[in-house]
Order: sequence, then C-alpha cells, then structure tokens
Amino acid sequence: MKKLEEQFFKTLMILATLLIVGSFFGIIFTILKKGLPAMNMDMITQIPQGGYYQGSKGGVLNAIAGSLFLALGASALALAASLPIVMYLNVYLKKSSVLGRITRLSFDVLFGIPSIVYGTFAFTLMIYFGNKASLLAGIITVAALVVPVMVRTMDEAFRSCPKELSDAAYSLGATRWETAKVLVLQAVSGIQTAVLLAFGRAIGDTAAVMFTAGFGDHIPSSLASPAPTLPLAIFFQLSSPSEAVQARAYASALILTFIVLVISIASRLLGKRLQKNKTRS
Amino acid sequence: MPDTRRLLKERIAGTAMLVLTAVSILLTAAIGIGLYIRSEPLLARHSLGSLLTSSVWKPMKGEFGFFPFIMGTLWVTCLALFIALPLSLLSAIYLSEYAAPRIRRMVVPIVDLLSGIPPVVYGVWGVLFVVPLIQRSAGTDVTHFTSGYSVLAGAIVLAVMIFPLLISILFEVFSGVPLEMKNASLSLGATQWQTIKFVLLKKSAPGILAATALAVSRSFGETIAVLMVCGNMPLAPHAVTDACYPLPALIANNYGEMLSVPMYDSALLFAAFILFVIIFLFNLLSRIVLARIEKNLV
Repeated sequence: MKKLEEQFFKTLMILATLLIVGSFFGIIFTILKKGLPAMNMDMITQIPQGGYYQGSKGGVLNAIAGSLFLALGASALALAASLPIVMYLNVYLKKSSVLGRITRLSFDVLFGIPSIVYGTFAFTLMIYFGNKASLLAGIITVAALVVPVMVRTMDEAFRSCPKELSDAAYSLGATRWETAKVLVLQAVSGIQTAVLLAFGRAIGDTAAVMFTAGFGDHIPSSLASPAPTLPLAIFFQLSSPSEAVQARAYASALILTFIVLVISIASRLLGKRLQKNKTRS
Repeated sequence: MPDTRRLLKERIAGTAMLVLTAVSILLTAAIGIGLYIRSEPLLARHSLGSLLTSSVWKPMKGEFGFFPFIMGTLWVTCLALFIALPLSLLSAIYLSEYAAPRIRRMVVPIVDLLSGIPPVVYGVWGVLFVVPLIQRSAGTDVTHFTSGYSVLAGAIVLAVMIFPLLISILFEVFSGVPLEMKNASLSLGATQWQTIKFVLLKKSAPGILAATALAVSRSFGETIAVLMVCGNMPLAPHAVTDACYPLPALIANNYGEMLSVPMYDSALLFAAFILFVIIFLFNLLSRIVLARIEKNLV
C-alpha cells in the first residue's frame, strides 16, 4: 500500500513536470506553426504602407525598431539607477542595516506591482505635466518597471562576492567608493545577466507602454516622437477582422518570441562563461 | 591633499547613492498616493460600498459599479491558481526530491525560458490554441454556448504564466528544509513520499502560502494576456465558460480614451488603486514570510 501510494504520486509528479515543460514547447510550436507561413522579408524590412491594417503591403520594422530603442533606453536608464543602489546596499551599508532591509523589501514589493499600474500612473503624470506619448515617456516608465528586476539580480551577484576581496581592498587603504568599484568588476557577470533579464522584460511588456509610448507607422526619429512597439503591433493586428492582417500578428509574435529567446539563451551562456574567470572564495 | 579628494569623492558618491535609494523606495508610496488622489473625486460622489457591490456600469450616466470586474478578476485568479498550484507543487517536489541532477539541469532552464515569454505571446497562444480548444469541447452543449473566450481560457493562460514563478519559489522553499529532518524521517522507516507528506510539506507550509500569495498578486495584475482571451463582457460570470472582464483589462481597454466623460478617468484610476492596494499587501506579507524563512536557514 505504501509502495503503491509512493508510485502513484511519483507518477503524478512526473506527469505534472512533463505538462509544464510541454506547455513551453506547445507555445513555441503554436507560434511557429502559425507564424512561419505568414513570415516574409517585408515583415522585417518594411514599415507599414498606407492601409496596412486593412491588408496592404508593408511590415513591422517600425515596431521592431521602436521596441529595440525602447528596451535599450530603458535598460540603460535602469542600469544607471540600479547600480548605485546596489553598490550602496552592499558596500556602504552594514549587513544588519535597517535601511538595507527596508530597501530590499520595498524592491521585492515593487517587483510585484503590475505593469498596468506603472502605465496608468505614468500616464496620469503625463496628463498633469501636459506631455504627449513618446519614446522618452515609454523609456522612463519601462525603466521604472525593470529597476526592481535589476536590483534583485545584481544584489545577489554582489552578495556572493567573497568577503576577502573587500577586506583586501580596505586593508590597502581603499575608501568604500573605491572598494565598490572593485566589487563591480567581480560582479560583472551578474550585472550582465541583470541587464539581459531587464531587456527581455522591457521588450515584451505591453501594459506599461500602451499609454506612454504611443504608436505610429514610422520608426521613431527622436525621443519626443511616438514609439510603436512589437507587443502593441501584435495586439492591434490581432484585433483586425481581416485574416491576412491577423496572420501578420502571428508573424510578429514569432519575431518577438525569437528576440526574447535569443536574449534568454545568450544571458545563460554569457553567465556560464564569465563564471569561469571569477575569483573563487 | 589627494586623500581629502578621495574622501570627498567617497562622501559625494555615498550621498548621491543614498538619495537615489530613497527616491526609489518613495516611488511605491508615490504611486499609491497618486492613484488615491486621482480616485478621490469618484470616492467623494459614491460610497466605497456601493462602488464595490453595484453591478451597473454606465459611465455615460455616471454609474460606476465595479462588482462585475471584481468578480471577473476573482474568478480568473482563483481558477488559475486551482490549476497551477497542484501542478507546480508536484513538479517542484519532483525537482527538489526525486529528479536526478541531469533531469533537473534540463527542466530548470526550460522553466526559466517559459518565464521569459512576453505576456502578449501568451495571449496569442491563448487565442490560437486555448480558446478554440474550449470552444470545441463545449461546442455541442447548446445550453452553455461559449465562444471559447472565457474565464477558463484566461485561467489556463494565466496558470501557464505563473508556473515558473511558483516552481522557482517552491523549489527554493523545499531546498531550505534541513536534510537532517528528512533523514531522520527516512531512518525511522518512512517512505520518501511519507517524508514529503509529513516533513517537507509541513515544514514548508508558510513558504507555500507565501508563494501562493505572490502567484495571486501576479494573476491579479496580469493584463494583456488575459484581456486577449477572456471575452471582456461587463457581467459577473456564473460559469467557467462565461466571458468575464477583469480589472486590468478594464483599465487597458478604456484608459486614455473618452477622458471627456466626467469621472471616467477617476473611476479607471480607482480600479488601478484597488489593484495596487491588494497587490501591495499580498506582496508585502509574502515577502516578509519568505525573508523570515531565508533567515532561519542561515
């Protein structure tokens, strides 16, 4: 009886794991099956021509470029904000510091706030200050969204730095600021992972850019122009009654999935390679 | 002289970083307060009770009943959790207690990749795969006609989205249970499953609860993927095959348009405020529990 129960639950566990792993491949399969037939060079080399959303020629180059600009800008801005925070938490503050605990807790909480809340909040600020939807507004909103992701990931990298390293720096007379710079070099693989994670989240997010970045048929030419994004392009094309336009939504989804998967896999490979060159404690 | 410059640099850097840290913490408060201030006009006109319990949603006539949207959110969230929690528990137990390292090395990266798929792609998958599946399986039943765009579709898509979150937290919670405890149970003659049932699950109950709370708050706030598959009808659902209209979808579909309708933007920001408060509390509590668990280990 005991054995039977054991076997029964073990089988259930394996089935559950297979189902979860299978759902990943199921999603990829569906996107490939529907996306590939609709895929062509025009999709990635052309911007929408007149009447694109009724089925005329063109592609989603505007959205691809917009998404890349937005994700690059947001990741850079978020890195500029997160790195000093993580340095402060790990070098300037003691391990037992109350401020450190509160900061980490509030980033954990911010991490859970959904992007639609960031989006609506940013848009109310934009109305208040009289700003129009633009690439810059999108970048700032998405940066705020990914800062918690970055802080958490980089914090872990800094915390796993050997204590001997900072001790050595201090004993040579380095200030905390100089020690922090040493630790940055040690944590560089973690920083890279954090940036790529944030980039992936930034490029895939829809709800935060919906109101803030705007949309348009052209590649954004400045920070003040509206920035079309891939997730929104997918959403709009899918809402079209025309099947030809819906098919383009599938092809766009394929493009987005491809970009995100390449980034995820690259971050894993990079993380592994850099790990080897690290000083071990 | 160079030393004073170095010390000055150190001071300036420290102050700048402190300010940056403080600003980012205050952002949470700013969002909460900002949303509250903007929903104030609505709250001044209607009582909180009537807003939350009324089913009449007629923005043009100034009637804002959030009941259908709250019910939509609750239905989708509960059903998603009902699907995802048992599966994630089983899978996390398998990965932490049974699976050979080789299998773990294969499964964990795939779960990570799953968490990286953008919400809108989950939505496309839902439209292409989940919705037709539901429509076909329920299609012959005339009394319960469904287009497939339903609570169930939203819940299935959400369940797949929260698998990675649940599994990664549960896996960590399980690996935190001391090996000595498991060994003590095993050496008394308990089978591995009995050890899991009586030692592992009991010991990690707070962690499981915290993981569940995080998954709930994630489901509460998920917007685009759910919006694409749940049908968006402002009626409280009565069956899992009914369409529904969760709060985030309400905001996403309507905010930014028709802001000339009085109180409309205030009502939508009130919806965002409800989401914020609930998610903030759930996150805060579960993070405190998880931090406690982590501390006991060290």
